[in-house]
Amino acid sequence: MEAAAAAAAAAAAAAGGGCGSGPPPLLLSEGEQQCYSELFARCAGAAGGGPGSGPPEAARVAPGTATAAAGPVADLFRASQLPAETLHQITELCGAKRVGYFGATQFYIALKLIAAAQSGLPVRIESIKCELPLPRFMMSKNDGEIRFGNPAELHGTKVQIPYLTTEKNSFKRMDDEDKQQETQSPTMSPLASPPSSPPHYQRVPLSHGYSKLRSSAEQMHPAPYEARQPLVQPEGSSSGGPGTKPLRHQASLIRSFSVERELQDNSSYPDEPWRITEEQREYYVNQFRSLQPDPSSFISGSVAKNFFTKSKLSIPELSYIWELSDADCDGALTLPEFCAAFHLIVARKNGYPLPEGLPPTLQPEYLQAAFPKPKWDCQLFDSYSESLPANQQPRDLNRMEKTSVKDMADLPVPTQDVTSDDKQALKSTINEALSKDVSEDPATSKDSNSLKARPRSRSYSSTSIEEAMKRGEDPPTPPPRPQKTHSRASSLDLNKVFQPSVPATKSGLLPPPPALPPRPCPSQSEQVSEAELLPQLSRAPSQAAESSPAKKDVPYSQPPSKPIRRKFRPENQATENQEPSTAASGPASAATMKPHPTVQKQSSKQKKAIQTAIRKNKEANAVLARLNSELQQQLKEVHQERIALENQLEQLRPVTVL
Amino acid sequence: MAVCIAVIAKENYPLYIRSTPTENELKFHYMVHTSLDMVDEKISAMGKALVDQRELYLGLLYPTEDYKVYGYVTNSKVKFVMVVDSSNTALRDNEIRSMFRKLHNSYTDVMCNPFYNPGDRIQSRAFDNMVTSMMIQVC
Repeated sequence: MEAAAAAAAAAAAAAGGGCGSGPPPLLLSEGEQQCYSELFARCAGAAGGGPGSGPPEAARVAPGTATAAAGPVADLFRASQLPAETLHQITELCGAKRVGYFGATQFYIALKLIAAAQSGLPVRIESIKCELPLPRFMMSKNDGEIRFGNPAELHGTKVQIPYLTTEKNSFKRMDDEDKQQETQSPTMSPLASPPSSPPHYQRVPLSHGYSKLRSSAEQMHPAPYEARQPLVQPEGSSSGGPGTKPLRHQASLIRSFSVERELQDNSSYPDEPWRITEEQREYYVNQFRSLQPDPSSFISGSVAKNFFTKSKLSIPELSYIWELSDADCDGALTLPEFCAAFHLIVARKNGYPLPEGLPPTLQPEYLQAAFPKPKWDCQLFDSYSESLPANQQPRDLNRMEKTSVKDMADLPVPTQDVTSDDKQALKSTINEALSKDVSEDPATSKDSNSLKARPRSRSYSSTSIEEAMKRGEDPPTPPPRPQKTHSRASSLDLNKVFQPSVPATKSGLLPPPPALPPRPCPSQSEQVSEAELLPQLSRAPSQAAESSPAKKDVPYSQPPSKPIRRKFRPENQATENQEPSTAASGPASAATMKPHPTVQKQSSKQKKAIQTAIRKNKEANAVLARLNSELQQQLKEVHQERIALENQLEQLRPVTVL
Repeated sequence: MAVCIAVIAKENYPLYIRSTPTENELKFHYMVHTSLDMVDEKISAMGKALVDQRELYLGLLYPTEDYKVYGYVTNSKVKFVMVVDSSNTALRDNEIRSMFRKLHNSYTDVMCNPFYNPGDRIQSRAFDNMVTSMMIQVC
């Protein structure tokens, strides 16, 4: 290392003294010289790419001809967090473009200009004459590329230390070692990433850190930290797009410099912290299953909200994460959306700033294509055996074409409520998926996404039916818009039987997206003593149910105070409207069936329809009853809290009165 | 194109208001506030029985010398008010309608976010971006 430093310093001195026609000679202070030579050595050493460590290679390179490869240099420049235009200016000014490579001179001048730009000075040749602080580089961690580590040695480098909070434990519900593994997995990902990356150079400083991470079960400290560095996307430079855009742009610029860059640019998504590893993926999938046993249906918004709130991130941040991850904006998370959201939360907790847009590695299509789940095949086929043609099943299982399976798993979801178009689309995409290779799968996954996106409202009805049917001991997670189910079911039978009930159901079941549905009392039937809200609320919806059918705007009794309850309003409203309407339809149907004994077909149809409606209502009732009990629990807890607080208040009061 | 866009809640307090910073923002806020009267007038003029058939787009609320104010009401009485520069003669009714539709869709997306409590100020970045795209001045 010292040899390299000396060699590079000599080169700098020689080059600095030698170039007269070019930029003015650099006057580097001691610290600057050391810093620059260190950086140059790393850049140059990485370019070598042979086995062994970097520094000996740099020493091997003759001082006069030492060049830094464009790849690591580009990374270093990006790490300086300057906007792309500035970096271009700098590369032009320092002469690298002219000569076509980053020699020592050019490199040092570039570093000086970076320091100037970071201090706010204009990027000009004259700036390098000034006394400047050292350039600052955020530690960057890129897929298969150079790491500039060791903050202890470099003076000016700034390091962002991540914080592992202990709340993560409760959030993740894993023991410490597993937690360590999880948080380390972003570290592991660059190591496990495409083998084309020059592994040798960075493995040397990394393996040390990596083994330390693995063995220690405590918090990370700066020494192994160099292996785990946050990637700070140069957000200032990105024009609102994901971080890959400025990276790509610079990549194309620098590609003209060296061919080695081509090798390193294999993976088209160089943003490492947004890549989900297998372990993380497994964990997310397990968490998803704990919330929603069916892996290919949705988690509703309220459930996800409760779950993510446990991460103790602030609500605006969670709101933003949701915005990023819920790609189709339907208020529910599918598995890839859930994984993306979870990953963003994990990243945020580890100190990564949230990206401007959803990174490409977290897009649902990418996640579906990249991470198939073979072990869920049996589950999926059990659930959807009726929708898939039987002869295709063994073929699928045998072929184990995982991504196509995933697509098919997604596809049946929107086709539960059968329309001929959907069925045809499903069959055609199944044929596509089976006949084409994995490379074609992104196309089919896009189809599945478009299919999913289209019948947004309809897929809710399917999930609600399935959820109601499959719900075991899990806490009930009512889907956001179940009214459509009820309305459809009710309109099927009740329309024929009992005309006046339809407007009543319709008026109560309107779920316009921006509408605030009225707040019925969730425990209308139960007597809850201390909640003054509830009696008022129960009065309001009962009035609403009995009000004129044409009245659409049910009076809002209270300003929204408890968001959780509001989510369950629609179902409650639905059931309340269901109950009077089904009660009314009961005698009505009995009445209508008697005078028409001869028209037996109609009556049997009605019977079936009524029975299905009754079944569905029973299921919905069961769900709501469970919900009810949960809410009762919450209510009790809140009540106890309130009592405790009141006691405290009482205790404090006599003191102040005196 | 639009100079000021505001989202007003049912209780007539603003959920979101943004204007181009070239001029006195307070003036736009005041304009929006006064336009709420017009909105209420239009809503009540439709009649209570026709509430189902009421159109969401309210059209031109009132024109001033420099500006025109357009209104739009959702079914939950959330109002969108847009102030447009009068010198923009090229702006047709259809364009205004489409802008309101985009606003409505973005608002729906905001509502879908479970972390958003109805009645809070809108802080969604996607909504901001959409409004910015509508407000970018050609000058």
